Amino acid sequence: MRELKITPIRNGTVIDHIASGLALEVLRILRVRQLDRDSTVSVAIRVRSGKLGWKDIVKVEDVELEPRTVNAIALIAPTATISIIRDYKVREKRAVDLPPRIVGVLRCPNLNCISNQAEPLESEFEVVGRRPTVLRCAFCDRRVADFLRHLA
Amino acid sequence: MALHGRDLVSIRDLSREEIVQILDSARRMIPLAEGSRTAPLLAGRIVAMAFFEPSTRTRLSFESAVQRLGGSCLTIADAGASSMRKGESLYDTIRMLSSYADAIVLRHPNEGAARLAARASERPVINAGDGAGQHPTQTLLDLATIRERFGTLAGLKVVLLGDLKYGRTVHSLAYALAEFGSELVLCSPESLRLPEEHRDELHHEGAKVTDEPDLARAVRDADVLYVTRIQKERFTDESEYRAVVGSYRIDAEVLAGAKPKLIVMHPLPRAGEIAPEVDSTPHAAYFRQAFLAVPVRMALLDAILGKRRGAR
Ligand SMILES: Nc1ncnc2c1ncn2[C@@H]1O[C@H](COP(=O)(O)OP(=O)(O)OP(=O)(O)O)[C@@H](O)[C@H]1O
Ligand SMILES: [Mg+2]
Ligand SMILES: [Zn+2]
Repeated sequence: MRELKITPIRNGTVIDHIASGLALEVLRILRVRQLDRDSTVSVAIRVRSGKLGWKDIVKVEDVELEPRTVNAIALIAPTATISIIRDYKVREKRAVDLPPRIVGVLRCPNLNCISNQAEPLESEFEVVGRRPTVLRCAFCDRRVADFLRHLA
Repeated sequence: MALHGRDLVSIRDLSREEIVQILDSARRMIPLAEGSRTAPLLAGRIVAMAFFEPSTRTRLSFESAVQRLGGSCLTIADAGASSMRKGESLYDTIRMLSSYADAIVLRHPNEGAARLAARASERPVINAGDGAGQHPTQTLLDLATIRERFGTLAGLKVVLLGDLKYGRTVHSLAYALAEFGSELVLCSPESLRLPEEHRDELHHEGAKVTDEPDLARAVRDADVLYVTRIQKERFTDESEYRAVVGSYRIDAEVLAGAKPKLIVMHPLPRAGEIAPEVDSTPHAAYFRQAFLAVPVRMALLDAILGKRRGAR
């Protein structure tokens, strides 16, 4: 049977295979980026997993994630998979993946960067390395590695 | 040529071939820059000089380049403070300017400003320095100076001296020289070393880079000694600043052990990094470097904006 550590949900999103220890960071992203106050969220921390040894799982009811939120999760928890549940069934499942450009998710760590001034633009980073993920600001070329500290 | 209508934000926007084309064209522009010949290559063209930060030399050499070629300038010498802005975003200012001019030359205190301007503008944008970021026309004129003396940009040993951390001119110069196959020797105090990410990038490009903090040893078999300003503001401790400045001063004694053909370069203005006694030696190339700013900028403006003349 399935590893339903938490009560099944009717509709919503399951973020599974989060490297153990990162669930709270994923929650932070959800809270920062998207979640409305009424969503029911359940979290399982340190669940046995074949692939990862231990993993965390986050389930959010009645919410399907926007692409930008998925991008943010991909930055912090690249092993995660995202399943969309509709009517108790898994309708879609995919690994998070990083597009070549990350728009609007992070703030540039360079305070003097034009993207941190009062200009009508969104932050933009180019993925210049994978495993580990390395991003470069599309405006000032500054590299970012510590994504958590720079979530927009 | 392929540069027509394009932006120049970073030296990386140019291929090696394009750089060589600009340098060749710059050589042909020298008599025009000296005023001994005229050619109306930019006749009827208007170039906006949007300087949000003071930079007299860069601005004047651009203005000279435009006017020598028969074009005219719209200059906003202190755009940051001017009443024109009134809190307007750079984006809006550039959009507006791009409807008054055929190209925009931008100097701005924020890194990445030129990239943003290039997106905002319908007309080509030339980056004339964005914060501690890029300053590609400076790199072009540095390359022009080296190539004029040595006839090549390959196989030279170039010492980059002084502030390699904040000095905006050295990062793109280092990258370009490495691209052309010259060897870089980094000579700086520990606190002003070339940042890791630039080193990584140079290594990634397959550049030959070594560190030699000892000035006398670095100079010994060098072809080019590129001196940068060491700014006092970069030091927390006055005595450390003095020690560093003292050990990186170029004078006759330092040059005694150099190759006869070594050239000394400096983006100017200098502040004691090079003793005046060096001026009268054949090593001094910094005034020539300053002069070449005009023909190089003429060549660039002509390539981006000039009347197209047949197939080139
Ligand atoms: N109705 C539901 N309510 C809550 N969670 C669910 C529901 N259905 C599936 N899940 C969870 O969604 C994720 C994907 O479901 P799936 O049935 O594909 O799991 P699986 O067979 O364990 O696959 P995987 O290889 O991704 O671990 C799992 O974490 C599962 O526990
Ligand atoms: Mg499973
Ligand atoms: Zn930036």
